[in-house]
Amino acid sequence: MTLSPILTIAWKDVLSEFRSRETLSAMLIFCLIVVVIFNFVFEPGSEIVREMIGGILWVAITFAGILGLNRSFIYEVDQGCLLGLLLCPVDPHVIYYGKMLGNLLFMLILEIIILPLMVVFFNLNIFHILLPLWVILFLGTLGFSAVGTLLSAISVNTRAREILLPVLLFPIAIPILLAAVKSTSQLINSGQFTETLAWIKILAGFDIIFLVLSGLLFEYVVED
Amino acid sequence: MIKIKNIKKAFGTLHALREICLEIQRGDFWIIVGPNGAGKTTLLKIIATLSKPSAGAIEIDAMDPLKHRLQARKQIGFIGHQSFLYPNLSAAENLLFYARMYGLKNYDQIVTSRLEQVGLTDRRDDLVRNFSRGMQQRLTIARALLSDPSVILLDEPFSGLDQQGIDLFAQLFSSLISPERIIIMTTHNLRLGWEMASHYAILSRGRLAKSGCCDATNFESFQSDYRTLTRELN
Repeated sequence: MTLSPILTIAWKDVLSEFRSRETLSAMLIFCLIVVVIFNFVFEPGSEIVREMIGGILWVAITFAGILGLNRSFIYEVDQGCLLGLLLCPVDPHVIYYGKMLGNLLFMLILEIIILPLMVVFFNLNIFHILLPLWVILFLGTLGFSAVGTLLSAISVNTRAREILLPVLLFPIAIPILLAAVKSTSQLINSGQFTETLAWIKILAGFDIIFLVLSGLLFEYVVED
Repeated sequence: MIKIKNIKKAFGTLHALREICLEIQRGDFWIIVGPNGAGKTTLLKIIATLSKPSAGAIEIDAMDPLKHRLQARKQIGFIGHQSFLYPNLSAAENLLFYARMYGLKNYDQIVTSRLEQVGLTDRRDDLVRNFSRGMQQRLTIARALLSDPSVILLDEPFSGLDQQGIDLFAQLFSSLISPERIIIMTTHNLRLGWEMASHYAILSRGRLAKSGCCDATNFESFQSDYRTLTRELN
């Protein structure tokens, strides 16, 4: 497997998005709405916020992520570009990893914007745990986009594609979401990276499983 | 040479292709005609390695393209009724993207020469979303020719084009004919296809009803055969 076509596909997705700003802006607006609504519900800086913050953060990220994942393959299918990609002399898993990398980048950009906003809205003090928090965010997002990209390719050819993706994705991504929410909450509450290590190992383990399996299964998803 | 040996393709209980046999030599321009649902696109997709046959085999220059898919795809240029182009990328960016995906060396040079070939040099930095249907189709041709393929597959390339566009593309496709190249085109435009092609194949309900050389007969008898055979088998 060569890296160059994977990066080429991700480059193409980022450049297209930079020109249209359709997906990222929708994801960002959705994320902001979620954060604002939760901000009205909970008292900023309160104990309950510290307990719930992991859940709030991942609800915002994953639901906004669904919007991006849904668009990911719709964009390819609309102009027949998926067929164009499949005609290229590269293995199907190269296409999968390229698309997955694009989706991962969009979600990480979203997180870079939304995390400082959450700090302000919920009066959080997370500067001392920023690095481990980013490790958790990265691993959780990687697993979510790994399985999400595969399921997006499955759902795109169905009539109810926008509905089908979340219905398929959330049950399968439960191990990732559970580990991500638990480790984020524990880290913010305790401030100790070592306490979250067990969850982070689970996250990393599921990331590897989802990345490998999805790459292998992609060929059967796009095959006629 | 492309050898198609007893190809069958079934989707569940639906038989899209039944025992298709063809031999296509280098330098040939084949048209595959038939009513909707006859199996024309399915056959092209199998040749393009996009679909596996349920039975039978296919050879491109004595190589099984399904076993050596990546090698075979380098030799194949495919033009369908969809453009395969990204609307938010410019003409040059679209070609650069595909050139990199094909692993071509000197891709900047190749992109420039292909844009020149289809008359889009002046519009190289314009976004494809602002292109007319005709310009998109010209860029599609440039995309398909990037790797200088020895097999060109055209799947109803005239659909959605006005008469001026059809004339332009017929001219462009005719200019692609060379002794080293095989061109296979599916079309509903019998007259135009007949004028361009050296050989024809009539498909009906997945069967090869008739095939032959265009020089050996005239258009009227070809048209009459087409009508009779597609009616009989339907």
